[in-house]
Amino acid sequence: MIALPKGLQSYLNETGNIAAFAIRFFRQAFKKPFEFKELLRQCYLIGYKSLFLVIATGFIMGLVLTLQVRPTMIEFGAVSYMPQMVGIAIVREIGPVVTALICAGKIGSGIGAELGSMKVTEQIDAMEVSGTNPFKYLVVTRIWACTLMLPLLIIAADAIGLFGSFLIETTKGNVSLTLYFNQVFDALSFGDLLPATFKSFFFGFAIGLVGCYKGYTSGKGTEGVGRAANTAVVVASLLLFVLDFLAVLVADIIYEI
Amino acid sequence: MISTQNENIKSSIQSPQPLIRMKGVKKSFGSNHVLRGMNVELYPRENVVILGKSGSGKSVLIKCLVGLVEIDEGIVEVLGKSIPDMQQEELDAIRTEVGFLFQGSALYDSMTVRENLQFPLRRHAERMKGQDENTLIIEALKNVGLEYAIDLMPAELSGGMKRRIALARTLILQPKIILYDEPTSGLDPITANEIIQLILKIQREFDTAALIITHDMDCARVISNRMIILQDGINYAEGTYEELSHIQDPKVKAFFKEVQSR
Repeated sequence: MIALPKGLQSYLNETGNIAAFAIRFFRQAFKKPFEFKELLRQCYLIGYKSLFLVIATGFIMGLVLTLQVRPTMIEFGAVSYMPQMVGIAIVREIGPVVTALICAGKIGSGIGAELGSMKVTEQIDAMEVSGTNPFKYLVVTRIWACTLMLPLLIIAADAIGLFGSFLIETTKGNVSLTLYFNQVFDALSFGDLLPATFKSFFFGFAIGLVGCYKGYTSGKGTEGVGRAANTAVVVASLLLFVLDFLAVLVADIIYEI
Repeated sequence: MISTQNENIKSSIQSPQPLIRMKGVKKSFGSNHVLRGMNVELYPRENVVILGKSGSGKSVLIKCLVGLVEIDEGIVEVLGKSIPDMQQEELDAIRTEVGFLFQGSALYDSMTVRENLQFPLRRHAERMKGQDENTLIIEALKNVGLEYAIDLMPAELSGGMKRRIALARTLILQPKIILYDEPTSGLDPITANEIIQLILKIQREFDTAALIITHDMDCARVISNRMIILQDGINYAEGTYEELSHIQDPKVKAFFKEVQSR
């Protein structure tokens, strides 16, 4: 039998373990009792508490994108197409990916560190010996909350990003708010909105899954907690790009049909 | 195994049916054979102390009792039911009968003291027997002398206070057995003594049986009805404190000398 290199072996092991963790999630996610109260609390913490950061980055994203692209559009005599160009770019790709990366940093590392520290201080064991299923209470609720909240955060970031872009356009080109957004919506179709929204659920799921997996299976000690938080961000970010590529590929195939 | 147990003491404490029975328990982590055939029995209203050096497998032993660690071989029965053969629901039910005080207290640090005590209560509402939740929480905190800390966060508590709150959380479901994992470790002598007195008070008032893991000889001497020395993965010696302290076996003597010198 051919022995695989150690690095590849551990990569495959990790992939298998994350897949097994995901299967465990699906097995428990639809089983009673449901932890609705904890789910709501997590939605508040993950959704509402990330809103300011997402809005701020979305706004800056809109400003920068418009400032960078405008001179080139002027050069090609296509400045009147700015709202359409920015609208499609933000809604289809930049909004979801940038927001998901920001959330992977904030939410993924937060979940990884929180669960990792609970594991190290035996809080997860304490929950288990009190007759509560910690996987259901801690993991299922967090993954659901991420899956449900990320699309909403992405919509907020898209909207504020477009508004940021409008501010530049109106300053430099004297465009009204109604005209700007009419042009944006004219350029967008369901074919742009649907795949973008659909993939944002997967992005949320990936961030929640990786953060919970890294925290729940973290090693002992403070070093283990730090590593859980760190690797949660790295792995989730990588997974987001893979998912994004797959989503674009699938959408492309669907368009062709 | 060296057994020095006085039969009079044994018969006065023990009834025929043990609350906990471990027989021939083996557990390994890779090539590290932690338990190599451990036997423990705990009877009603009895305090059994398991003494052992760090890394001797004491914590693994009590984690086997609540299904946190799966055994490789042997029998583990709690209240007459086999732990390794249980389905999750049965295990959850039996866990409500067994309180567990963790070494680091393991309070949920995102919750207040009140919420820490509410957590097990709300999950096992059937055990409240129609009593008011708030009354039960205050009662449990009064038992450990910390009713004034009800709205504090765990981060605002000292080590001794955390241990007492954890004990209150353990007591709130009124378990029949309490497992203590190093109850006095990391505490100053005065606070450690307070915890020891609290453990004795709890046993008197609630008629619980306790299995206490420790390497604190003072704690063991005051609390125990019976002591087991865990060495090389087996119960190497068993008896009362008085009996074990007078054994001439070189390993037991060396153990007592080493622990007392700390």
